[in-house]
Amino acid sequence: MEGKFLPLFIAVPLAGAFLVPLLSKLWSRFADLIAGIASAALLVISVYTWLILKAGGVPLHYWVGGWKVIGIAMWFDALTALIVLVINIVAFCAMLYSIRYLDRYTTGRWKFYTLFLLLVAGLNGLAISGDLFNMFVFIEISAIASYALVAFGTEEEEVEAAFKYMVLGEVGGAVLLFGIALLYAHASTLNLATLSQTLITNGKTPFYWFTIATLLIGFAIKMGMEPFHAWLADAHFSAPAPISAMLSGVFIKVTGVYGMCRLMFNVFGVSRAQTPAFFNLLIAFGAVSMVLGGLLAYSQNDYKRLLAYSSISQIGYILVALGIGNYWGFVGALFHILAHALGKGTLFLASGSVEMQAGTRELDHLKGLERSMPFTSWAHILGSFSMAGVPPFAGFFSKLFIIIGAIAARMYWLAFLAALFSAVTLSYLTKVVNTAFFAKKNEAPTKAKESPATMVLAMVLLVALILVVGIGFQGVLDHLIGPAAKVLLNGLDYARLMLGG
Amino acid sequence: MRGMSLIVQVMAGLLAGMVFLYGGYIILHGHLTPGGGFAGGVLVAAALILLSLAYGSVEQVEKRRYIFSSVFESLGGVFFLALALVGYFAADCFFRNTGVFYLGKPLQLVSGGLIPLANIAIGVKVGAGLFAVFLALGASRFVMKE
Amino acid sequence: MIPYIACVLLFLIGLYVVVSKRNLIKIVIGFCLIEYAVNLFFALVGFKKGALPPIITGADQVRLGVARNFVDPIPQALVLTAIVIGLSTTALMLSLALRLYEKHKTFDVSEFRKLKG
Repeated sequence: MEGKFLPLFIAVPLAGAFLVPLLSKLWSRFADLIAGIASAALLVISVYTWLILKAGGVPLHYWVGGWKVIGIAMWFDALTALIVLVINIVAFCAMLYSIRYLDRYTTGRWKFYTLFLLLVAGLNGLAISGDLFNMFVFIEISAIASYALVAFGTEEEEVEAAFKYMVLGEVGGAVLLFGIALLYAHASTLNLATLSQTLITNGKTPFYWFTIATLLIGFAIKMGMEPFHAWLADAHFSAPAPISAMLSGVFIKVTGVYGMCRLMFNVFGVSRAQTPAFFNLLIAFGAVSMVLGGLLAYSQNDYKRLLAYSSISQIGYILVALGIGNYWGFVGALFHILAHALGKGTLFLASGSVEMQAGTRELDHLKGLERSMPFTSWAHILGSFSMAGVPPFAGFFSKLFIIIGAIAARMYWLAFLAALFSAVTLSYLTKVVNTAFFAKKNEAPTKAKESPATMVLAMVLLVALILVVGIGFQGVLDHLIGPAAKVLLNGLDYARLMLGG
Repeated sequence: MRGMSLIVQVMAGLLAGMVFLYGGYIILHGHLTPGGGFAGGVLVAAALILLSLAYGSVEQVEKRRYIFSSVFESLGGVFFLALALVGYFAADCFFRNTGVFYLGKPLQLVSGGLIPLANIAIGVKVGAGLFAVFLALGASRFVMKE
Repeated sequence: MIPYIACVLLFLIGLYVVVSKRNLIKIVIGFCLIEYAVNLFFALVGFKKGALPPIITGADQVRLGVARNFVDPIPQALVLTAIVIGLSTTALMLSLALRLYEKHKTFDVSEFRKLKG
């Protein structure tokens, strides 16, 4: 079915990003207005396209320039719908939050909004593209925008973290391009569907495995899998709070996990029966990420750094769930992408609010903020419950599905590990809640007042969504996550649908 | 930024015109010979950088140059996106190369519909963008303060 | 086969420079070497022995419907895009390096001790 609105996913944020520098020379608040309109429009378009997809039942496609098979394809199926909704919801809340958060930065506001809209354009373009090189170009666009955003405050530690992040991320991008060159040499086409069919007919030679390995390393650097996790802690810690929320909740998952899933499951068609080595590799590295991130998060004294190490641990969860390889594993992984984006987004926004009002991020210096900042503290507490897997929040269901998938595949030690580290997550998040938000009786609370209204509104919106996804999990499962997991499970149907439709 | 000696200034003035012309030639013939928007844009930026290095500047001039390049860069980008959207609204497809644009005979200068206009937009954007990068990296004090 | 091995060798040299040098500018140069190696590899993928460059000149080729032996033009278009991406990445890296120099008055990486782990 023809999707008329698909190019708008790229055109709207790009138009916003080009207009912001031009129009903000007239009036400095134009930047907020244009960015707000662009992200709200994107949210509306993504919900509308998802409803069209559900009504039609067939994935939407769009050939750029009207050139069939040899042209660039845009493709919107159930997995794309989930990713696009995650991106646009978190981007809208981060945009709402940053209207007042940017007051503490002396650099120009329009620079932030241009880069932010470029990041959103890159992520959306990656989600809907059906062509391999298009995916690479959008990954690089969003990565470059994120490097500049991490360095936004231009103080010492931020620039240093951004440099470290940039070198590692770009080496990953170069390795990815190398893998794409190898794939092109093998198959001489770049459209994902024709690539998939050519690879099936050509068979599995050692060259094929070398290509998969190169592409896997490229994506692993981008998503912070072990042993390439060193940049995550510093980059998320030094970035401004809405950018940390976007990076941790959306960017590493969309460019890393979604890119890898699209290539591995839909193009290469790996499945548990034929290539168990790939899945065992994912489980091994995912388990190491989970353990290492969880244990390192215990010893942190700084609020945002703890949340950054927690992100490494949660990416480990998603990789383990993907590595299990059956339907419940995929459902758990996709549900965890949604739950972690919403939950970690709330936690990072709350941390930024605390930093802005109380002036410090060290956990030793923050005491008893619950009385003076009620909305922020309750947003943080509910977000922590979701991340730790307490019912009826969204995080509980995602971890439940992962454990069900592990038991269904008879990997009992994996289910035990997942449950154990869920408890570890709960413990370090509760440590933060206890020390920072609830004071003991004889200690004076830190002086602070509540954050401005738009920041609070963004946090409340995310918490409300966590509750909705958690309580209505059956509906989310049927309409959003289930079809997406089926797309991953029947990987090779992608080619058949795109070329037939 | 300090300027350079008189010989360099005179020669730069003579050469910059030629480099600019060559860059424009590569942009306009992008659909016939190798090159196109990006390579021509780099040459246009090179001409501007040559002039800027030879003559030097004071702070007000730097500020004017920075605003000038920023405006042109945004205009180039908006123009490119507008070209893509013309296909979307007027004809049936995004980036479609037919209908509204003038197609002409192949291998002539004025032909190819959308492609020379897109090359011009990219050339303007890349030229202005690289000049702004040069101004920012050259430790222009205005850019750092803003 | 030899050009491909040379590209991989260049990539490894660039990786060595990024990993083991201490000067910031040398790290940026090492990254540029990696970029060159990958772009060169990609452009070499489309080569065919004894073929012409993929440019249509002269009216007779257009009338005949382009039935000549051309080198594959798709990798060349893709490498053009990749070079632009590499250019903007290098510009951003250099501006970050300049900013670090202003704050610390040195380009040496081992002086940056503020962020651990």
